[in-house]
Amino acid sequence: MSRIMLSSIAAVAVLASAQGAAAQTEIQWWHAMGGALGEAVAKMTDQFNKSQSEYKINAVYKGSYPETLTAAIAAFRAKQGPAIVQVFEVGTATMMAAKGAVYPTYQLMADEKEPFDPKGFIGPVYGYYSTTDGKLLSMPFNSSTPVFYWNKDLFKKAGLDPEKPPQTWPEVGEAAKKLVASGAKCGLTSEWQTWILLENFGAWHDLPFATKSNGFGGLDTQLVFNDAPRIKLISMLQEWTKDKRFVYGGREGKPTAMMNAGDCGMELASSGTASTLLKTLKPENVGIAMMPYDPSVRAKPQNSIIGGATLWTLQGRPKAEYKGVAKFLSYVSSPAVAAKWHQDTGYVPITYAAAKLTEESGFYKNNPGRDIAVKELTLNPPTANTKGLRLGNFIQIRDIEDSELEAVWSGQKDAKTALDEAVKRGNEQLRKFEAANK
Amino acid sequence: MEKRVTFNERWLPYLLVAPQMVITLVFFFWPSGQMVWQSVLIEDAFGGHSKFVWFENFIALFEDPAYFDSVRVTVVFSALVAAVGLALSLLLAVMADRIIRGSSFYKMILVWPYAVAPAVAGVLWGFLFNPAVGIVSWSLKGIGIDFNYVTNANQALALIIIAAVWNQVSYNFLFFLAGLQSIPRSLIEAAAIDGAGPGRRFWDIVFPLLSPTGFFLLVVNIIYAFFGTFGVVASLTQGGPGQATNILVYKVWNDGFRGQDLGGSSAQSAVLMTVVILLTVVQFRFIERRVHY
Repeated sequence: MSRIMLSSIAAVAVLASAQGAAAQTEIQWWHAMGGALGEAVAKMTDQFNKSQSEYKINAVYKGSYPETLTAAIAAFRAKQGPAIVQVFEVGTATMMAAKGAVYPTYQLMADEKEPFDPKGFIGPVYGYYSTTDGKLLSMPFNSSTPVFYWNKDLFKKAGLDPEKPPQTWPEVGEAAKKLVASGAKCGLTSEWQTWILLENFGAWHDLPFATKSNGFGGLDTQLVFNDAPRIKLISMLQEWTKDKRFVYGGREGKPTAMMNAGDCGMELASSGTASTLLKTLKPENVGIAMMPYDPSVRAKPQNSIIGGATLWTLQGRPKAEYKGVAKFLSYVSSPAVAAKWHQDTGYVPITYAAAKLTEESGFYKNNPGRDIAVKELTLNPPTANTKGLRLGNFIQIRDIEDSELEAVWSGQKDAKTALDEAVKRGNEQLRKFEAANK
Repeated sequence: MEKRVTFNERWLPYLLVAPQMVITLVFFFWPSGQMVWQSVLIEDAFGGHSKFVWFENFIALFEDPAYFDSVRVTVVFSALVAAVGLALSLLLAVMADRIIRGSSFYKMILVWPYAVAPAVAGVLWGFLFNPAVGIVSWSLKGIGIDFNYVTNANQALALIIIAAVWNQVSYNFLFFLAGLQSIPRSLIEAAAIDGAGPGRRFWDIVFPLLSPTGFFLLVVNIIYAFFGTFGVVASLTQGGPGQATNILVYKVWNDGFRGQDLGGSSAQSAVLMTVVILLTVVQFRFIERRVHY
């Protein structure tokens, strides 16, 4: 090797080490927020990076939720994992079971002496991600809950009061009948059918989804969502599909295409869908209200549960990074930042302070209906049935529910057979998860 | 005289095959070995604790009725994709072979779909047949057919078959066309002089002489239907409605990468790999015998 080459290598090495000494501690955050949401994330991290000079959060978009989770797992196994990863709610049990891989948030905050107030968080948001004794495992970030949307134009055409949404399922049925009679292609549809029609319908009526407090109490939980009220709901909706009072539009967020096209009079959808619907159908044409309830099951609704994602801290990074992670998580949950995130994206505010700040800013007055999601979540203090769900192999369980419900919508099965089968097959997944995580 | 290349250097042949061997080892044998090892483990997603369970994953797999649903769907899907794809492209190749004017234009148009990635093909067909806004489903509604692949199992299966075939036809077409053009004109002309009609000429001369190409394409198409169609399913139906389009390769991915069930997913991969190896062996040993080279 020539002398020039040697000396240039030495020079590069010196430069690199000098840079290392002067540079900030860089912290990797892998997230699943694409498009406009990704821009909101970039804005948030930029502001954090400018607010101090010690740490630099590097937010990296890794694709969809499952892709982000898979990437983080693969990287962690290769000892190259990020410090922070955004994981969706159905991955919660997977993350919790991964002892030694995750750094629980409550412990991180205590270790790094970062001030942290569990009581400041909105109940069902905090509850979903905490242990049975109330210790927070991951930092809530983007949470949503299902709400009821209606198309005021179609309501007018059907002779319904466009300012008066139906509040109960029988009223929804009446409205759907009139909508279809007036020529609407679809009365009602629902996004994320498993989350809304089975999980949230249960919480809304204070019915358990699974034993052991919906799985919070242990891995030996059993699914119980094949109860009479849900069989009644699903068989009623099956009846409605015959004359298009209810139209199934696909899994996850797909049905919203029909609402956007002006085909449907009513839709049950995530609060995060508001921005899309308001944009395509014009704000004056869309109403947002609370989900309907069945008065024969419960006189008043209980509270809804969330969906969305949280920020998990992973183990295996240099000690210096965790101080920065704690600071960043504090920053994310601080009232001003959380309120801005809520207003920009349509996700619910994660703390009471952020909700109050938004209220005071007049945001809800200018954007009617955007406070419905918080109202649903905080309607009553959560019970054992309405804190959230903690189920292993939850992604497979939701796939099973989806496929059984699709068998109902296509008329192959009746509601009871389908829900019984979904519970049976879902329980097999739970047992499998239990065996893998003993 | 036999032509034979000999290497004077002993290491040269090894060196020349080394790149291919390295690629095969790194991208096939190593991951396959890991897959086989994973299939006898139950492990949490992060690899914190794993347990050796012998064949429990396989037993669970064969006791799962959903798995056999998936097998059934895959058999129907693969058979139809291969059969329809081969028949259609043979027809197109025979037609294109006979055209004299503008033949390169037709060929270009027919080869075009091959440039489209399966996932993109899935999205395109999804747009056309979207139950709410799709042009084709809208037109079908006009003639009284309610096309909704989101809820109708048979329509969903038909749609992914159409998309998968459309994507593969170009490839088959190219090979068939090359095969057709390599058949000596004199044979066909001789048959014509002897009074054989076009149908007779095709079945007695062209078809047998085309059989090596056809056989090769059969193997390639079945492997394509088993593995290459993942993108179509992932972008169009995600295995639904129900289990109607949940083909094996999609199920492997779904259970492993969405569900984080690595053991179960690896067991499925092992079974799938065995099936494809067996299928290829059977094809080469038995069908090849009846092929005229």
